[in-house]
Amino acid sequence: MSAILDIADLTVEFPTRREIFVAVDGASLTVEPGEIHGLVGESGAGKSTIGAAVMALLERPGRIAGGTIRLKNRIISGRDRAEMRSLRGSEISMIFQDPLTSLNPLFTIREQLTETITTHLSVTDAEAHERAHDLLARVGIPEPDIRLDQYPHQFSGGMRQRVVIALALCSEPDVIIADEPTTALDVSIQAQILDLIRELANERQVGVILITHDMGVIADTTDRVTVMYQGKVVETGATRLVLGKPNHPYTKSLIAAVPRPNVKLHRFPLLSYDGRATEFRIDDLARNWNKADTDSAKPLFEISGLTKRFLQKRSFIPSRRQYLVAVNNVSFDIRQGEVFGIVGESGSGKSTVARMIAGLYRADGGTILYGGQPVTGSGSLAWYRRQIQMIFQDPYSSLNPRMRVDAIVAEPALHHRLLSGKALRHRVDELLEHVGLGAAAGLKYPHEFSGGQRQRISIARALATQPRFLICDEPTSALDVSIQAQILNILKDLQEHLSLTMLFISHDLPVVRQMCDRVAVMQNGRLVEVRDAEALFASPREAYTRSLLKLMPRLDGLATEGIQDQVEA
Amino acid sequence: MTSVYTAPDRFNQMALRIRAMWQGDLAWAFRHSPVAMVSFVVVVLLVSGALLAPLIAPHDPFDPATLNLMNGFTAPGTPNAFTGESFWLGTDDQGRDVFSTILFGMRISLLVGFAAVLLGMVIGVTLGLIAGYRGGWTETIIMRVADVQLTFPAILVAMLIFGIAKGFTPVEYRDQIAIWVLILAIGLSDWVQFARVVRGATLVETKKEYVQAAQLIGRSGTAIMIRHILPNVLSPVLVIATISLALAIIAEATLSFLGVGAPPTQPSLGTLIRIGQGFLFSGEWWILFFPACTLLALALSVNLLGDWLRDALNPKLR
Repeated sequence: MSAILDIADLTVEFPTRREIFVAVDGASLTVEPGEIHGLVGESGAGKSTIGAAVMALLERPGRIAGGTIRLKNRIISGRDRAEMRSLRGSEISMIFQDPLTSLNPLFTIREQLTETITTHLSVTDAEAHERAHDLLARVGIPEPDIRLDQYPHQFSGGMRQRVVIALALCSEPDVIIADEPTTALDVSIQAQILDLIRELANERQVGVILITHDMGVIADTTDRVTVMYQGKVVETGATRLVLGKPNHPYTKSLIAAVPRPNVKLHRFPLLSYDGRATEFRIDDLARNWNKADTDSAKPLFEISGLTKRFLQKRSFIPSRRQYLVAVNNVSFDIRQGEVFGIVGESGSGKSTVARMIAGLYRADGGTILYGGQPVTGSGSLAWYRRQIQMIFQDPYSSLNPRMRVDAIVAEPALHHRLLSGKALRHRVDELLEHVGLGAAAGLKYPHEFSGGQRQRISIARALATQPRFLICDEPTSALDVSIQAQILNILKDLQEHLSLTMLFISHDLPVVRQMCDRVAVMQNGRLVEVRDAEALFASPREAYTRSLLKLMPRLDGLATEGIQDQVEA
Repeated sequence: MTSVYTAPDRFNQMALRIRAMWQGDLAWAFRHSPVAMVSFVVVVLLVSGALLAPLIAPHDPFDPATLNLMNGFTAPGTPNAFTGESFWLGTDDQGRDVFSTILFGMRISLLVGFAAVLLGMVIGVTLGLIAGYRGGWTETIIMRVADVQLTFPAILVAMLIFGIAKGFTPVEYRDQIAIWVLILAIGLSDWVQFARVVRGATLVETKKEYVQAAQLIGRSGTAIMIRHILPNVLSPVLVIATISLALAIIAEATLSFLGVGAPPTQPSLGTLIRIGQGFLFSGEWWILFFPACTLLALALSVNLLGDWLRDALNPKLR
């Protein structure tokens, strides 16, 4: 079978005012009809740039500096914009990451579909409407007759992504480029969308380039995979082979860092590829740590009947106000020194629980007892705030961009008047040193650091008051997988050596399995079950938990370098 | 990470900072915009002319001893028929050198402009921050007041404030406080756009996690607003302040032209134009023309600088 899309030695440059940035450096890959070709790599690897180059959607001043792109043996690179426009959509189409923004909210689904069909195919209006109907039915939208005349806002996220796929199929393209098509969706919907893409590729013999950073998606969906690192293709081949027997050291390190759903490891193996892994020094920190002597038999937190409502519709008259119940009568304990996990899909209320415990939201009902003392009522909570700290999800917004790093790290200790002057400066330097950034990092501003480094700054800030309790709200969901492994290892070290108690919020089940001692499952604001992590993963009791676990990626064929010894130990 | 860091001394640190600024994005945008550079030169020339007026002005228009009524209505560049004295830009009816009155008039215009913008900025930024961060009733009240004020033309609001202030002050002090009343009037008519922009930016920043991190450690609302949010909403404020400066200078000139602004004893550019327009049709055009040109050059170049700054700070237009 001959390749339908053939990218050879593609080089894409972005001239900036100081230098020319090479985003893609001599990349080659081919896609065959009916094949799903995965393109995987960490952020900045150039995988999306390849997709944009094929679609001729490179943002200015980006340009193709070398190499060719062939579609069905015709060279399509280097053509002018008008020619590309006719190709785009008719022979190649694209599925974007965010279904909320890739549909025009002002037009009905019917209008958007038929417009695309009549633009690219010479059919009558009636035929176009019929095709639109068939496509919608084909992508699995129930009652297409009714749905066709609805607007995008009447569809849920997953349904919208199905519509986007239908839109991509309108012109009967030969190649579809799917750029992170499921990243914005919940796991349960992600699986359905990937299945749909899989089926459609087979059925219509369309070649698909699936761009993703998620090894689980690659393992479950693709036929072949190309691994990219810093603009270069490092390895390409059949998915099973690349994931099971990686040749290139970068691929090996990447695969080793993927959290395993089926086994709990002591630490993530960090196979250093280019010396990026920076060490984390825990011993000195642990020596100077004021460990609280507490009765470890009693739980640290006793939470009962916790409820939170958000006002949805304002009104002067109380009875007309409408509320969304985000957390509904949730009760659990957190024991001393454990890592307590909360999992659930988006909207399940897990972050809201964390925010109430952190004191960022006021609970509408229920009590939170910390060491037997209530922290929900009024009164000064300064003593409590000193004991808890939080690590946030988005490292790009959790640090004030206008503050120097040393000021950011010093702020909590300064506010609580724990340290000042020289002692404070010394503590800040020490903490930055411990998290592997070095004291000189204190003189810089956050924008000079990468996402993983910023998360280390967050950790340093959280440790400045020597807290006893750490809340981690999706601490790694914005990070690349190898950075995620580093950060999770740091958190584990901290928890063990400093005898911290930790609340760990995540939607990522394999990560939760690696991190947590006990796990609470939440759904629609309610607690489904709370159990020991290993027991929960081995034999879930509730139906909802079972269905969640079933959606975990099956990473059976993954290489086990660096992991084997830990499993046996 | 392993490199040994040696702290630079104070002087080196400053040199490094200046170099970083020159190589920064803003300086780059400046060096690549001829309009910005020309405007900047014009502004610097005019402002330094105003600041150095006592040193460089050939005459002191406020010292009656140096005035000679015989010099009245001397045309630019030609010697006076009676005294033989020559003036670059001519003289007005009382024999005052137009060039000198322009230099001194600009002092008043710029003082009023800067002070009014500063006042409007302080009020607007404070209220905008509070409205954006507190939300609820506080926000509703502040923003509705702003909306109401927006429905009146700024010049009308300024005249209203000016009129009220005048009514409350005894006649003998009126000339002395006229300038301060002008500043108050223009400043109070100007805070709304600062408040609106800062409120919008504050709403965005408040949702970011660094604000939550500060709330988590128990920082008070005031501390969060000043220390965390304010530095992050300042760049649009800078743009509005520049454009407002041009508007404030024009507003001052308008009020003075209408006779409700700077008194003839302390003439601003607007007062000079008002004096000059009486002689426009009797042939003494220069008394009006040169102050008007100066006002135009000042307002235009400040405005162009503001426009450039807005584009340079807006990443979408780059």
